[in-house]
Order: sequence, then C-alpha cells, then structure tokens
Amino acid sequence: MRRLRVIKDKTARYLMVLIAIFTLLLLLVIGISLFLKAFPIMKEKNLWVLLSSSNWKPFKGDFGFLPFILSTLYVSLIAIIIALPFSILTSIYLNSYASRTVRRLFEPVIDLLSGIPPVIYGVWGTLTVVPLIAGKIAPRFVEFSTGYTVLAGGIVLAVMIIPLLISIMVEVFRSIPQAMTDASLSLGATKWQTVKKVILRKSFPGIIAAVVLALSRAFGETMAVLMVCGNITQIPHSVFDACYPLPALIANNYGEMLSMPSYESALMFSAFLLFIIVVLFNGLSRFTLNQIEKRYQFS
Amino acid sequence: MITQQMALIPDNSVIEMKEPTLLKKVINNQSIKIEHLDVYIEDHHILKDINLTIPEKSITCIIGPSGCGKSTFLKTLNRMHDETPEVKISGKVFVDDENIYSPGVNVIDTRKKMGLLAQRPCPLPMSIFDNVAYGPRIHGIKRRKALNQTVIQYLQYVGLWDEVRDRIRTSASRLSIGQQQRLCLARGLAIEPEYILGDEATSALDPLSTKKIEELFIKLREKYTIILVTHTLRQARRIADHIVFMYLGKIIESGPTEEFFKNPKKQLTKEYLSGSFS
Repeated sequence: MRRLRVIKDKTARYLMVLIAIFTLLLLLVIGISLFLKAFPIMKEKNLWVLLSSSNWKPFKGDFGFLPFILSTLYVSLIAIIIALPFSILTSIYLNSYASRTVRRLFEPVIDLLSGIPPVIYGVWGTLTVVPLIAGKIAPRFVEFSTGYTVLAGGIVLAVMIIPLLISIMVEVFRSIPQAMTDASLSLGATKWQTVKKVILRKSFPGIIAAVVLALSRAFGETMAVLMVCGNITQIPHSVFDACYPLPALIANNYGEMLSMPSYESALMFSAFLLFIIVVLFNGLSRFTLNQIEKRYQFS
Repeated sequence: MITQQMALIPDNSVIEMKEPTLLKKVINNQSIKIEHLDVYIEDHHILKDINLTIPEKSITCIIGPSGCGKSTFLKTLNRMHDETPEVKISGKVFVDDENIYSPGVNVIDTRKKMGLLAQRPCPLPMSIFDNVAYGPRIHGIKRRKALNQTVIQYLQYVGLWDEVRDRIRTSASRLSIGQQQRLCLARGLAIEPEYILGDEATSALDPLSTKKIEELFIKLREKYTIILVTHTLRQARRIADHIVFMYLGKIIESGPTEEFFKNPKKQLTKEYLSGSFS
C-alpha cells in the first residue's frame, strides 16, 4: 500500500516533468522548423541585405524586409504608447478608487473585451478609425491621407491590448498587501501620493511584465492590423503613411506564392523574423528587469 | 546610553525644523476625548456607546479578548475606517478639542497627528532611508539636509542607526522583523505626531525585540500620548499608566494600572484578569 503511494507520487512527478519539457521543446521545434524553411533564402542572399534593404520585388528576386520590420515596430510602439497610460490609470482607478459595485460591473466587461475576435476590431477600425483619421485628424497635419495608416493600426491595436493590460495590472495592484497601503495612508499620505510612491513603485516589475506580454501580442496581431494599415510596401515616414507589418505580409501572400520557392522561403523568413523578435524581446526585457530589480528596491 | 539618545530629541538645537512642533506641544493640551462613539460594520454593532478620555503624556493600554473591538476602536482615532465604506461611525472623537468626525476636518491633518504602529511591521517598498523620509517628504520637506537630519535623528532614537548606518540605502525588507518594527516606529515619529497608536505592536516580535519596543514606548511617554492595544496582560502591567478593559464592544472598566489590577471593580474584569476567559 505504502509502496504504491510512493510509486504514484514518482510517476506523477516524472510525467509532469515530461510534459513541461514538451512545452519547452515546442518553442524549439517551431523555431527550428521556421529556420529550416527560411534557410534557402538566407543562403541565397546576404542576411544583412535581407534585413536592411527596402527593395521588395519578389518576382524579380529582391527581398528587402526593412519596411515590414519597421512597420511592425512602429504600429506596436504607437499601440503601447496609447494603451499604457490608459490602462495604468484605469486599473489604478479600479483598484484604489472605485467602489465595489463599479468594480463588479467593470471587470466582466474588460474580460469580455479581451475575448472579442480580432476581425471585429478590424471591421470597427475600418468603419470608424480609418474615416476619422482620413477626415478629421490627418488633414490637420498632412495634405492627404487615406486613413489606412500606421496610426490606424496603432489605435486599433491599442484598443485590443488595453483589456489585456488592464486585467493583468488589476491583478498586479491587487497583490499589494492592504497593510502597505494602510501604512502609507496612516502617515498622512493622500491616496494619490500612496498610488504614486507606493503602489506604482511596488508594482513596477509587474507593470513591465504586463507591457512585455502586451507588446508580444501586438507584434503578432495580424487580422485587425491588416485591415486598417493600408498594406503598402514602404518605410512609413509619418504616422499618416500606410504600412505593412510582418504578420500582414505573411497572411496576405501565403496562399499565392507556392509557385516560387524563393518567395515561399522569403515569407518563411519573415515568420522566422517575427519569431525571433518576440523571443529576443522577451529575453531582453526579462534581463533588464532583473538588472533593475537588483539596483532598486521594489519589495 | 539611553539618556544620551533621549537628549537628542527634545533639546537638540541643531534640528531647527523640530522646534515649532515642540513649542506647539508645550502650549497645547494633548487630549483625546471620545463621546458616544458607535461603530457598525455592515449590520454588526462593533463598538457600543464608547465614552472615554485618554490622559495626555502617558501610556493607555486597551485590553480585552480577541474580537472585542480593540483594533476597530484604535482605527477610529486616525480615521482609517474611511477606507472601508462598509463601516458606519456615529458619535464624537475630540482630538485636541476638535471633533475629527465633523464634516470640515481634513483627514490628513488628523492622521499626521497620529503615529501608527501596526501589528506586523510593514516597511514601504523602498530603502531604509526613504522609509523614514517618506512622511516628511509627503508633507512637503524637500531639503536634503533637513531630511538627512530627520532620518538619522529618528533612527538613532529607536536605536537602529548603529545597526543600519552602513546600509541605509538598501531595501528595508531585508531587515529582521524586530528591526523592521523599530524602523516603522521611526517612520511614524518622523511625521512628528502628537499621539502614538500601537495595534498589538509587539505580537509578531521575539521577546528581545518586544523589550526594545516597550522601552521605547516608556521613553516616548514623556513627549507623546500613547494608546496601545495589547493582548498580553503582562505587557499592559509592565508599561501602562492607564488600562481600558473592553468586552464585546463595550468599555467595561478603566482606571490607573495599579488600581485596575489590584482591585478590579467589575465581576467581568475579575474573571478576565484571573484568566477564566480570554
């Protein structure tokens, strides 16, 4: 009887280790298979040229990925710039100011928002954000814009990652012990002082983690961005230019390039790039966060 | 050693910023007077018709079994119940002759008068220095020199300075729990309160740290009015000048320590002191 228990315990442990390793392997397998598929184009062309050239003529065999890389970065950056203050302030409000009733009303709505399919955000963007930019915002700054722009992509993407950011940040703020907030308040601090000096400080690592997650999501978001960003191969010079992010490139062309092996390999290369961007970005931010935590005291 | 440290607080003329507060303390009568205080949390009547005057510049210990409303009572004094909407309060609490529950009173001024020492020390997520400087900073002191002085002075006062002087910029959470509690006391003193509230401030500490905190309370009695909630009768007996005994939300008996322990007047008090219930 006793032996059986021990055997069960050990089996459970090894089984779970195996499954955990499998998850890790998944990442490796995806990375490797993308790399193998992308390898022909990397062998054919100079890697530096692939990354730094903006010359994109697939049928002539010119593959410059710079416009797509920059488009991806720009759109994601604009999205996070718009979404971050919005989400931080909302989650602070929900955590520290809102009454329990308001909170109970808000939280399901936010969860619901993050469950809406991207294509709906895309349609919404096409119907409202694009005309708004073309008609109202862009004319103030540039002569002409179709509305299908970096800005439109950024706004739609921001709206999509806001619920994600809020729901993580609310959890992060909630994890701060009440005793700590009380300690600050009992010293005569106002609520806002407490938020600024204690809550935000204590939750800084959590906020960074939320941003990393949101940005990773933003890098890869395909459908909604594709519908509003114009999909023109060019390096965007202002937020009112059209752009063409990596995921949109893959989604738009994957079906029709089967006849050209180098084109297929190029698309796989762009998928590989996206993969690398996300992995590198996650790794880097984790590293910097560790460094910051060592330097400052958040606990 | 102790007398040397004590001298640091009252008559160190180097510390200019302390003087106005000191002057005020001499002029003002520090007093807390509570009239017909009732506290409800949702439907529960937690405190029932509390009437009490707390003697100034002395230690008043509030004793009573768990759940009798001691901590709730303490929180009414610095209006920490404001943060929980479920709590309803009626009655009057006069601090320095001002009812802190009358509509025009600024809660921040009230809290600034009260240094609170919680049950478990809770250092803020910052360095030792910043913890003590937190109060002065939020109340508008920016000058580096003044801040440095304040921090050193209060860390010395709680006997922590020698232990932390070479790691003053490191995280406060790395201190031992006893050190943390003394840090929290220094942090509370740095806002220059008139009253000190302790909510079972030693219950999480080891005997040695407890002793240090108790000694500090006795030292602080000269300048501050101190109100302590405590679980341990022996602690109350050791340090209190006055005892308030609460049971089920009511004040059963109160009086000078000596008398309270020698001849309790009420039957309930006698039973509690003899340990028939706790």
